[in-house]
Formats: sequence, structure tokens, C-alpha cells
Amino acid sequence: MIIDHPLLGPRDSSEFTYMGDAALIDRPDPEAEDAAQAFYEYAYLRDNPAGWHRELWFHEAGDRSWLVVTRNTLTHEISNVELARDVARSRGRSA
Amino acid sequence: MHDLTPTPALGVEARTIGSVTITENSGVALASVAARRGESDVCANGLKALLGAVPEVGRAVLHDPEAGFWMGPDQWMIGAPMATHEDLADQLKVRFGTAASVTEQSGAWVVFDVTGDSMPDLCELLCNIAIRKMKAGDVQRTVIHQLGCFVIRRASDDHIRILGPRAAAGSLHHALVTAAKSIAQAPGTAEGRPVA
Repeated sequence: MIIDHPLLGPRDSSEFTYMGDAALIDRPDPEAEDAAQAFYEYAYLRDNPAGWHRELWFHEAGDRSWLVVTRNTLTHEISNVELARDVARSRGRSA
Repeated sequence: MHDLTPTPALGVEARTIGSVTITENSGVALASVAARRGESDVCANGLKALLGAVPEVGRAVLHDPEAGFWMGPDQWMIGAPMATHEDLADQLKVRFGTAASVTEQSGAWVVFDVTGDSMPDLCELLCNIAIRKMKAGDVQRTVIHQLGCFVIRRASDDHIRILGPRAAAGSLHHALVTAAKSIAQAPGTAEGRPVA
């Protein structure tokens, strides 16, 4: 499997480490009323889709950047690769 | 005044095996510069003043006395001669102030220079980078012998500089020597090159 790194170009997936569902970027607000329930869901509940999935990959043997990779879990086709930093910032995080 | 020499990671002699020479280079002071949030432009200007240009993605700016390369988004490694820049991190902190987090890196890395005709063969045995496509000044972080290393293609054609974790300097040196021996002794080849 080849991951087309947005900065470095196509790199072998063996250089990367899978770090879970990209929904982890959306950490709940710890000050919110329902924080306990939100963090329970954030920490423990995952979708397990057969098909397209947005996931976090860490370029451990490369530039150490975190990526959001949109991958089809049935075919391993990758349709989109973004820097996780850019995704987080587009949602108002780490601005 | 004492005439003190910096303590090297290994202190091994340069070794020539076949047509490859592996030398520990303890003369490089290192420090990293990471732009703080929202300070990328300030850091870019600082780097331009320091190096003459901002290192692009996957590239080094080979400049004297300070040189630098891109490590990751908004992160750069700066190197300079140890003899004159042992306090490189302090110098950079003064220059960048609160715009960047500066970390002393001399104590974290061991530097090996690998030179010789068979350098690309050695590189191909050790790591997953397209060494023959790399030009002078190209830098890639990769894994050698399970160790995260930077490989820098230097100005001269047969020269790469490898930065590896200093605490594993012995293991990395062993890997380089083993690969060099393997190339020198490869059957049917002279110095790892196909016999024409």
C-alpha cells in the first residue's frame, strides 16, 4: 500500500503507523455539561465501516507528521490524504 | 587553558571497507527550531537571515557556517561547526526568541559521513530511499537498522551524511560496517559493482 504524503509524495505504508479513527481529532469539550458521556463515547466507541474510512496515520519513519487518510477498508484504495494539522485547523482547532 | 576536545559518541577511527569510507563526524553542533503556533512566517524570516534561504520540504540549505534542513512541517534542524558553535542552541534562542522552540540536538545525534563509489549500494542495502534520484542537498528521514535516521546527500557525488540516534551509535556503526563488508565481498562483483 502506498500513501501519497501531501508534502513528501508517495511513500510506502511500512513507514507509517496507524493511529486510529480520524474522529479522534474532534475531542469533546471537557467543560461541557455532558462531558462524561462525550468522553466515554470519544474514548471507547468506534464505527467499524466496511468501506470508506477516515483514519489517522503517523509518518513514524519519515517527517513525523500526522495524516488523515481516507481509505476504503474493503479495497485498501486511498482517495485522499491530508495533513491532520490542516484538518484540525479547518475545524477551529490548533488555530 | 585546557585544550579540550568534544567527547564523540563512539570515538572510532574512520574505516575504509572496499570503496566505502565510514567516518564518525563529531564536529557538528546541532539544534532544532520548531515554529510556535502562528509564528511560521517569523521563523521563515529568521531562517532566511541565518541561512540565506528557508529549507524547502525534503531539502537542506548547505551554507557556512550554519546549515539547515527541513525536518517536518514548521520544523528545521540547524547544524554548524562544533568548534565555533558549541552553544548553537543558545545562539538560535536569542535569534528566534518566543517565535520558536529551540532544542539542543548535539547530544541526541551521532553523525556519520559515508563516502566512496559504492555509497549508493550501501544506502540501498540499508534504507528505503531512492538514493540515486536524490540530488545534492536532498534530505530524507528514514529507518536504518530499526533506527530513525536522517540521510543527507552532500555536495560531492559520493558523499552522504547520516544522522542517527546517538544512544544507538554503536548499533548504527555496526550496521554501516556490515553493509559495507557485504558489498565489498559480494560474489561476482568488484566492490559491489557488476563485473562488465
